[in-house]
Amino acid sequence: MSNRMTNIVVPVLAVILGLIVGAIIMAISGYNPVVGYQALWEGILGDSYNIGESVRTITPYLLAGLAVAFAFRTGLFNIGVEGQLIVGWFAAVWIGVVFDLPMIVHLPLALLAAAIAGAIWAFVPGVLKAYLGVNEVVVTIMMNYVALHVTNALIKNMSDGSDSTERIHESASLKSSFFEQITDISRMHNGIFIALLAVFVIWFILQKTTLGYELKAVGFNRHASEYAGMNVKKNIVVSMVISGALAGLAGAMEGLGTFGYVAVKSGFTGIGFDGIAVSVLGANSPLGVVFGATLFGSLKYGAGNMPSAAGIPEELVSVIIAIIIFFVASGYIFKLLLEKFSKKKEVK
Amino acid sequence: MDYVIEMLNIRKMFGTFVANDNITLQVKKGEIHALLGENGAGKSTLMNVLFGLYQPDGGEIRVKGKSVKITDPNVANDLGIGMVHQHFMLVDKFTVTENIILGSEPTKNGTINVKEAAEEIKKISENYGLQVDPYAKISDISVGMQQRVEILKTLYRGADILIFDEPTASLTPQEITELIQIMKRLIQEGKSIILITHKLKEIMEVADRVTVIRRGKGIKTLNVEDTNPEELASLMVGRNVVFSVDKTEAKPTDEALIIENLVVKDNRGIERVKRLNLEVKRGEILGIAGIDGNGQTELIEAITGLRKVESGKITLNGIDITNRPPRYITEKGVGHIPQDRHKHGLILNYSIGLNMVLQTYYKEPYSKVGILNYKNIYAKARDIIDKYDVRTQSEFELARALSGGNQQKGIIGREIERDPDLLIAAQPTRGLDVGAIEFIHKRLIEQRDNGKAVLLISLELDEVMDVSDRIAVIFDGQIIDILDPKKTDENELGLLMAGQQLEKNEETPLIDQTGEAGE
Ligand SMILES: Nc1ncnc2c1ncn2[C@@H]1O[C@H](COP(=O)(O)OP(=O)(O)OP(=O)(O)O)[C@@H](O)[C@H]1O
Ligand SMILES: [Mg+2]
Repeated sequence: MSNRMTNIVVPVLAVILGLIVGAIIMAISGYNPVVGYQALWEGILGDSYNIGESVRTITPYLLAGLAVAFAFRTGLFNIGVEGQLIVGWFAAVWIGVVFDLPMIVHLPLALLAAAIAGAIWAFVPGVLKAYLGVNEVVVTIMMNYVALHVTNALIKNMSDGSDSTERIHESASLKSSFFEQITDISRMHNGIFIALLAVFVIWFILQKTTLGYELKAVGFNRHASEYAGMNVKKNIVVSMVISGALAGLAGAMEGLGTFGYVAVKSGFTGIGFDGIAVSVLGANSPLGVVFGATLFGSLKYGAGNMPSAAGIPEELVSVIIAIIIFFVASGYIFKLLLEKFSKKKEVK
Repeated sequence: MDYVIEMLNIRKMFGTFVANDNITLQVKKGEIHALLGENGAGKSTLMNVLFGLYQPDGGEIRVKGKSVKITDPNVANDLGIGMVHQHFMLVDKFTVTENIILGSEPTKNGTINVKEAAEEIKKISENYGLQVDPYAKISDISVGMQQRVEILKTLYRGADILIFDEPTASLTPQEITELIQIMKRLIQEGKSIILITHKLKEIMEVADRVTVIRRGKGIKTLNVEDTNPEELASLMVGRNVVFSVDKTEAKPTDEALIIENLVVKDNRGIERVKRLNLEVKRGEILGIAGIDGNGQTELIEAITGLRKVESGKITLNGIDITNRPPRYITEKGVGHIPQDRHKHGLILNYSIGLNMVLQTYYKEPYSKVGILNYKNIYAKARDIIDKYDVRTQSEFELARALSGGNQQKGIIGREIERDPDLLIAAQPTRGLDVGAIEFIHKRLIEQRDNGKAVLLISLELDEVMDVSDRIAVIFDGQIIDILDPKKTDENELGLLMAGQQLEKNEETPLIDQTGEAGE
């Protein structure tokens, strides 16, 4: 079987197998799997509203997954996407609230602010890693907490003690009346274009540019990169900064698109951490991230329909979704099995 | 007849490429059986099949008369087959002991008993004169030492059929002599050995029989007694090979590289290069002879900017390059064939083509305003591949998939094609077959004849003596003597390398007075 074929066949098989195991669990627990999956299906694609909301859920996952995948290609594990997303969200909303400018300036400015905030948040662990050898995993986790509490304080400060900021000006909003119209007033917004553009840009950087050549080289073999005259330290920082900017943009999707404001958070959004799963699902490649984010986002959103429409308790729904994700993530096991299987046939 | 290993009509394919085309190899109990073939002939592949790393597409394997299926290395271990790989498989950050017990850790009350293992390793090491420190970290020991750790690993696991894939490629002549003693001792104890080597001398010295393969096909199995190096070489390459190096007198001009009072420390902060002085002229090949671990590695790394210079000065073409970054030094005209091709020479997960522009990718015509031009990159790669006879299915093949010798030919091609003013060649022909060595030596001499400076570092005395125009002997971080290769011999060199100062007399005048002896 050709490589390309396995790349498509494996995830599809994995999803099917995950669904089967999920069905077995539902059946054992006394629920009808057919009804359950019907509810899931309808929750994702049942009507135009659900389609819109699924896309809305997928949008930040695209960017968060991309952020994790990009850093990973340079051999860095950016667990700080969550924190970078939070500061990006705040920065975007702040620009959106405080300034009143024509849209052509305001929206790009707000997006830029989000990207820069995320980039700065990732710059710190990047520099510490590159120049002092401090493990980026530890630093990024700590930076997540700093982001959470600092933005909470800033939000309160900005809104005179209230738990939420004002709404952003329309000129900074990603809202799309067109999407609202065709999706029965879902919160689907123009951010999906930005996310898809980012996928393309990142793919381009990794595949077509000297920067991508260097970043991947550093990720594969630091010693050889140094031998080749690449500035390994600089590349580590650059990789973290770009990753952080993507994470910041993911925050902007929430701030400028879905919500239009930012509220004090009692805990993490989870999108940044789910970005790790999305990246794994997509084998750390930009196109793979599209697949990963679509699967993850739609399952996550569609699952919300299962308790109400099929009477399956929320806890069980989480288990089923986790199982499907697990099967896809361990896709390499299938790959191995598949290879063994096709090899045996060849010998005969 | 008593065969311990029988590989009958083994076939192994990678995609549509046939790496082993129905090869038969039969090893008798208690013999050293050599496997000989060009780079990319399929030797490592065949051994990986025997060791269970690859599954054959056809053929049969018998161990001690019984037909077996070796599905993975653990099965091979259980059958008593041990392998010392061509490229070491050690964890850099672990100690010698940790590496050896990895995968079969001896436990005591649920905890790993490192101490007991270390003691046993020490015992084995002493038994065979390997002198390995069980507590040393892999990243801190020389390539030669790492090789011995690999050998220890198989001995520790109690293998009685040992596969050595080019074990001597990275050893010094003294170490090779020791290894040969070890092999002979192993045979006396009833073990059997399959030995892959490109060095015909070694085959003649230790092997009982030899099987020659060429381009994936088994050519012939001979008794070593009944053959000679010339016959073996022509069987393997398919033509006659010239062993002596043909070259005209060097016409050195001015100094390309000047090293003054250089001091360099190793990773542990120990001084390895101690106020070293050396000059390399345009139009000459300067060979550095020395026992591994006398500062050669640190010296090269300091010149190429990979290691910090503590004090002293390095000048290239009149420009001070001391402690400058590698790219600056590269751009000023230094080419470097690194001694560890997997660590420094290649990005194994990049295609061989992308590896051919490792130092030039950011320049035209390989890229423009930061955008890579794959067409030009792969055209250049194709060029090098053809010119240097790098055997690969295509320029798009991952560097990882090439045979060791062909990876090396690719690196050498890349470095020479950049046409550097100073070419540093560290163990350039390690792992190359006799035909390829002949070719590479010609290229080095060609560089010299074009007025470039060549600095050759090799543990291979023959190579240093044949190719160099001057030989600098390094000992304990200093150049202790500079000799004319035509007026010295292996004995004299050997003594100097061991640190013995020769009494200077009129018969051995130094050609060059500058970088000379001692304090
Ligand atoms: N994993 C792989 N995928 C594709 N091709 C491979 C792979 N491994 C080896 N080959 C190809 O098979 C051929 C034989 O390689 P092998 O490593 O066995 O050569 P070798 O005889 O050990 O050479 P050397 O003396 O250079 O080590 C080479 O042409 C190599 O490119
Ligand atoms: Mg080999």
